Amino acid sequence: MNLLSTIGQLVALFAFFMGVLSLAGLLTWVERKQSAMMQDRIGANRAKIFGLRLFGLFHILADAIKMLTKENFVPKSADKVLYQLAPVVSVFFALIAFSAIPFGDTLVIGDIRIPLQGLDLNVGLLYIFAMLSLGVYGVILGGFSSQSNYSFLGGLRASSQLISYEITIGASIVGLVMVYGTLNLNQMVYAQGEYLWGWLPKWGFMVQPVAFFLFLTAAIAETKRVPFDLPEGESEIIGYFLEYSGMRFGMFFLTDFLETILVACLAATLFFGGWQVPGLFNDGFHFLNGGAWFLPPFAVTGFRVLGFMLKVAFFCWFLMAIRWTLPRFRYDQLMRLGWTMLFPLSILNIFVTGLVLLLF
Amino acid sequence: MATIKVRKHKLNFLERIYLPEIFRGLFITSFHFFRNLLFHLLRAIGFKNLRGAVTFQYPEEIRPLAKRARTRHRLTAREDGSPRCVACMMCETVCPARCIYIVAKEHPDPNIEKMPASFDIDLGKCVYCGFCVEACPEDAIRMDTQILNIAAYSREGMLYDMDALMHPEKHGDRILVDPRKP
Repeated sequence: MNLLSTIGQLVALFAFFMGVLSLAGLLTWVERKQSAMMQDRIGANRAKIFGLRLFGLFHILADAIKMLTKENFVPKSADKVLYQLAPVVSVFFALIAFSAIPFGDTLVIGDIRIPLQGLDLNVGLLYIFAMLSLGVYGVILGGFSSQSNYSFLGGLRASSQLISYEITIGASIVGLVMVYGTLNLNQMVYAQGEYLWGWLPKWGFMVQPVAFFLFLTAAIAETKRVPFDLPEGESEIIGYFLEYSGMRFGMFFLTDFLETILVACLAATLFFGGWQVPGLFNDGFHFLNGGAWFLPPFAVTGFRVLGFMLKVAFFCWFLMAIRWTLPRFRYDQLMRLGWTMLFPLSILNIFVTGLVLLLF
Repeated sequence: MATIKVRKHKLNFLERIYLPEIFRGLFITSFHFFRNLLFHLLRAIGFKNLRGAVTFQYPEEIRPLAKRARTRHRLTAREDGSPRCVACMMCETVCPARCIYIVAKEHPDPNIEKMPASFDIDLGKCVYCGFCVEACPEDAIRMDTQILNIAAYSREGMLYDMDALMHPEKHGDRILVDPRKP
């Protein structure tokens, strides 16, 4: 790896992170507008600059200004250091998890090879789950350091929920790891470039459909959004960030959206082929009727990055749709779903996968 | 003691595993999403009768009222522009809120007995019952201007004189008396 490819990788990674952060901001708009469209409403559209409304896109800006200029309240008896650290911990671990996501093939310009992935780890999957687990500390610290009973209870609810569902999330992935025989995310995506019977892409969803549903359910619980938003429950059961205001609250808020994007990225990478586009090979598109459209390598890489982006956008839409369709679970229902339904099913999935792999 | 027995719907197997029901819910919400998206797009390119939302964006978009809705009063006019009102005091008499004040005078035309010298309605008192419209023998007062946004800075501001009542279009949103500018 020479200097130029390192610089290229840094630039690509920077663009990816900027894209993720912009998407997180954009999701606040998507959330408002999509929920409005589902409920036959119009949604926020009153923020106006020079008579321009742009479908309410300026509300992102207005929100940011509001968050930044609001008072940053610190309770008198709060633990000052931990209180200020908690939102940072939350956002930090949500952000660095992205560095292991392969968002494209290796970009080849001349003889420079730029891998479109931050960290090509052998244990990329474990790394992401570890970062997700460490993110729980932000939640626990936020609830604990506020010195408020409501925050504390919210933090307890959050930590027990997140730990319960992390077990399912880990167990549901094991089947996939067994099929692909690797924990390296890029290798997993390469493995999903194969085809069943010559035409059906061998995506994770095709070989592990049960794992996909288990993973998605547990992952939505990890993002702490409806139907699993008991840690937050803004309006009724007060959550762990009760005492936070201004941008510190904004960072917890941002974490939710970042985790939504992370789950969308993971679902796309693990179960829907990552950057693999059906029919697209290293030399261009091959169609079922035998025709082909040959493309230069950088165009192939471009299509693959575009494919990945579209998959992520779809999953963001899908997660929003779920969020605005389902009502909230009760806490005992949440625990029962996690421990008596999802967890045994994920274990069963491992056994069945092992049996199938052993016999065939 | 009256007790209400809540019959809980017994969930069958397909409902208990959630997934089919979740997909049904997602289908409904997504159907609304895509239908409204299509309607918004079609409306943007010119199909104005398609609405993607039930919202009326109030100041720019006034919700259409029923034709018979009782709204701000107006005095109808003869061909020459003078009020049809003959100052018979029927409306003033029937008004349950006593918000109509009429001062009568002679009409220059001998065929018409009287006309109002002044005709004031205190909209701060008016209850919009419409009795005045029904009592009027000359069809001189109506409540069909479709103006609902009646507001003033003072009680005096709610007092509408004959000019304002005869020309509702001229005094649509006008505040007749602003106490801050005497």
